[in-house]
Formats: sequence, C-alpha cells, structure tokens
Amino acid sequence: MRKQVLYSIRSPYRQPMEVTGFKFGSGEKAICIVGAMRGNEIQQMYVCSQLVKRLKELEREGSICSGKEIMIVPCVNYYSMNIGKRFWTMDNTDINRMFPGYDLGETTQRIADGLFKEIQGYAYGVQMASFYQQGDFLPHVKLMETGFTDHKDMIDFGLPYAFVRTPRPYDTTTLNYNWQVWETKAFSVYTNATDHIDEASAKIAVDAVIRFMVKRGIITTKVTGGSVTEIVDERGLIQIHSPCAGICKSHVRPGDEIRKGDLLCEIIDPLEGEVISRIFAPVNGIVFFNYNRPLEFEKSVLYKIISI
Amino acid sequence: MTTVIASAGLAVNERIEIRRNRITGEGENNGKRVCIVTGTHGDELEGQYVCAEIARVLSENLSKLCGVVDIYPALNPLGVDSITRGIPLFDLDMNRIFPGTADGTMAECLAADIIKDISGADICIDIHSSNIYLKEIPQIRINELSAEELLPYAKMLGCDFIWIHSSATVLESTLAYSLNTTGTKTLVVEMGVGMRITREYCRQLTAGIFNLLKNLGMWSGATEPVRDPIVSGERAVEFVNSGADGIFVPCVEHWVDIEKGEHIGDVLDPATGRLEEYVTAPCSGRIFTLREFPIVYGGSLIARILVGGEDNA
Repeated sequence: MRKQVLYSIRSPYRQPMEVTGFKFGSGEKAICIVGAMRGNEIQQMYVCSQLVKRLKELEREGSICSGKEIMIVPCVNYYSMNIGKRFWTMDNTDINRMFPGYDLGETTQRIADGLFKEIQGYAYGVQMASFYQQGDFLPHVKLMETGFTDHKDMIDFGLPYAFVRTPRPYDTTTLNYNWQVWETKAFSVYTNATDHIDEASAKIAVDAVIRFMVKRGIITTKVTGGSVTEIVDERGLIQIHSPCAGICKSHVRPGDEIRKGDLLCEIIDPLEGEVISRIFAPVNGIVFFNYNRPLEFEKSVLYKIISI
Repeated sequence: MTTVIASAGLAVNERIEIRRNRITGEGENNGKRVCIVTGTHGDELEGQYVCAEIARVLSENLSKLCGVVDIYPALNPLGVDSITRGIPLFDLDMNRIFPGTADGTMAECLAADIIKDISGADICIDIHSSNIYLKEIPQIRINELSAEELLPYAKMLGCDFIWIHSSATVLESTLAYSLNTTGTKTLVVEMGVGMRITREYCRQLTAGIFNLLKNLGMWSGATEPVRDPIVSGERAVEFVNSGADGIFVPCVEHWVDIEKGEHIGDVLDPATGRLEEYVTAPCSGRIFTLREFPIVYGGSLIARILVGGEDNA
C-alpha cells in the first residue's frame, strides 16, 4: 500500500488539510473509491476505511491482479468532519457541487479540482454517497444516466437493487456525473447511515465493492455471489407524502413486503396525542425508504415503494 | 392585501407560510402586474428594506398606481427568520429547486406554488444581496440567453452595473431561469452584503423600481433621475482569488477604477503579521465586487473586476 497526499490546503488557524489516498497494486488505473466529501458522512468514511483494511490483507496475500491499480480516498473534507459541520467550514459550500473544479477558483472549487486531477483516468469510480433525505433505506447502487456507463455493470455489485437516475441540472456538478464525462464508469453506493456507523450495512457495502472488483478482474478472492440485482428507474419509485404534519409512528421498515391496503404509519397530533391520519399502502410492493425522524412536515416523503 | 400563496404544515402547531402583499392601484386598470421577490436566501436582507419602501410609498399613493404590484418579502421565511441561508432543517438552497413540482417534497411543492403565483407577471424583480463574504455594487445579472429581451428593462432599474453572464446548467434550477424560460421576464438584482441593510443601495434600487413602473405606464407619481448603468457587454469579468490563507485587509474602495498591477490589499498572517500575499489587480478595470469578510483561504474570492472601460482600455 502506498499512502499519498492528493491535495493539501492551508488554514490560517489549523493544521493543513491533507486529502489522502491509499493505493494498492500498480499499472492500469482500475478503480477509485471515494468516501466522505461532507463532514457528516462518517459511515461513508468508515466503509472506505474497512476497504483499506481488507485491501491491505489482500495485498499481503498477493490477491491484487497484476497490472491493476486501486485507489481509495476515505475522507475528502475532514476539516468539516472535525467540527461537526456538513459543508465547507467557512462558506458552507458543498465540494460535491463543485466538480470538475477549477484551480484558480474558490476554495472548494480548488479542492474539487485538486482531487479530480488525481482520481481521473480510472476505469471505474465508486462514490460512497449519502442521502439528503432523512430516513432508512435498503443498501443499493445508483447510476447517474449520462449514456456512458452500462446499467448492467451494476449487477456485479450483487446488491438487491440498482437505480438509474436521470440527472437534474444540479447533478451536473457532482463527482459521479463528471467522472462519467471524463470517461470513468461511475457508480454511487448507498448504505443505511450517514452521521453514525451502521456495521451491518457497512459490511454489505464493503462486500459489494470487493465483489465488483473480483468480477471486473481487479482482485482475486472468494466472495459470495450476492443478490440477484433488480435494476429500477428511480422515477418508477412510488413516493408517499404525508398529508399532514405531526409525529410519525411507522409500522413498517425498509425491506418489508407490503400488500395494498396495509397500514404503513400513523400520524399523531404532537400536542394532543390523537391519531390524526393513517397512511395505507397504495400498491403491493417492497418498502425501499422510510422517513425516520419522529417529527414530520406536511408533504414530507415518508415512504418510497418498489412496486411488485 | 396580504395573502398566503404557499403553505405547508410544520411538525408542531405551525405552518410555513409564503406571503404576498398585493397592492392594487386606484388608477386606470391597465392589467399590468409587477412582482418584487426577495428572501430566497435567509441571510440576504437588503431586499427587505426595498420591499418595505415600495409598499409604503405605493400604499400612500394608490391613486398614482395603475395595475398591480405584488410584493413577496420572504420566499424562504424560516431562513430569514433564523438567519439561515438555505431552508432550515433541509440544508437546501432554495434557489436550486425551481421550478419545483406539485408532487415533490415540501420544498419542491412550495417552489411550484411560487412559480404558479408569479407566472404571467409583466416583470419580476428578484432581489438578492450577495452573502456575508462579499460586497456587491447594485447590479443586475442577466443570463446571456435572455439578454436581448431583458436589457431594456434592466437599464430602467437605476443600478450601477449590468452583468450579462454566460449560461451554466446548474443555474437552470433558479427562480429567474425558470420564470424567464416560461415567459415571465425576471431580473436578478445583487447588491450590498449579507445580513445587512445598506440604505443608500436600497434607496437607489427603490428609485429604479419606480422608474421602471413609470416606464411600464403603471406609476404617475414623482420619480428621481436614475443612473445610466455600465453594461458588461463584450467586456470580460476578471476574478481575483486569494493565493494564500490569512486575513485580507483591503486598501481600495469599492466601485473604483483600478490599473493593472495596482495594490488591492494584503493577506496577512494574524499571528505574526507576516505579509502572505500582496494582492494586485490582474487587469485594469473597475472593482464591482469586494471582499467584506476578512478571513481567507487559498481560493477565497477577493474581488471581481470589470475589465477595461473608457479610461482603462
């Protein structure tokens, strides 16, 4: 393993922030995995740290294929992580909205540029991504549709679901989108946590990335076959919105199979305790996402259902 | 008359309400409508005073107003109320979710309702005030795609500068882009600095808005002479970013002509006083953006310069 500072930035009041990459093997740039770009993406950093640990073992065993280079960048924005802030410390900008970056631009544009120069040219790119909506969901892999990456490649992660997202204007400055513009086949892997560590889903993500690397001829090791992957267009998810605000008491969890008419949740008046609304499943399906905060607003997305 | 044009229930005993004050003139009804919107970013407060002044003067002179002026003082009321730039709890930039969708999340539903309410106006003026880091001279920003149509109206607003900027995909999620592409002419004003009210700038823009109303045939009251703006046109805009970290201490005034190589300010190490960077102008021109917040990292924007000009070609 080779440890390398990919980009460094100075602060007048802190030690320099050194974005560090861990390289395994040498030769063709095979795959790059990027973890936390936001200060609250602790799970995403943890998954990468576990990958570094596994790859050290695999390297000792000689299991990294000849002529293949792997790079892992566990944490890009630890300045924010160390002070409990989600976006950039000073101006609150989001590094994952600054790609491909600009070396003469603003601070986060420079960080994005410095990082992107180092992580370009890999055949595959995997970002450990986080959801902006608060909730629990099934671990999955997602592809931003640009026409460059084949949807079927996602099957090799062996996760039960793979989503295809049609990019919106604000997606065009993300790492995933720009990786593909610069001809890296890019995927985002989502686990069921962001600002805390969920061991079970972290293990699922680590196994999925290891499985992908095995199937793509980057490493050799024994892996389980994983799940049969269903590829879903993200627009086909059925979203269930809250008809009113209050305290949400859910009766189902991600992964639960539900029948049309099943009770999904009750909404309770936060001051009087009465049930003011009951939400029932509109279709037969699998719960993919459920909102997990006790307080919810009117029109909050409470569930996303994969129809079956 | 104040009306709630978009609303949604918050968790405990409260609703978020986006309000519109509709001021209907007592003059001849010519069917015209101008919308003045602000408070999309909760830390931008210059527009609050402009709205208040417009509402005050119009209310006292309804007989001189023909048509309707709609004032939306806070598109992001929870943000303005809590000094939060984005929408509190969502950590979401409200000016990146337009045009919204009626079957989306709460923020997207609110955005869709806002678009629906403003659509069809003759002109919409979307007032922003930079952020806490930068001070902006009163200026209109126009996407090059809409420049031909918007420039005549922009010139009526009495700002010092009109910046016609290039198109960027990411800006397609803004209120102005969404309205302009669906036929409602929308002008974006940037002026002053975040979390402050600059009375001089607010009064300048207020005078400009009355001038626009007069030109549209909606206002028969008195107006003040307005400034003839500099239009960026073919002139480039040069960005000056800090090359070092430290504290930035400017030595130039805002909105002044500067020669290439002239001293703009210093970046200093606050502990030792050491000069980390002697910042100079990379070109001759006029400074229309100047850093207000002193702490800088490498890359922090220090100034924007409109390149060239009669005296600086």
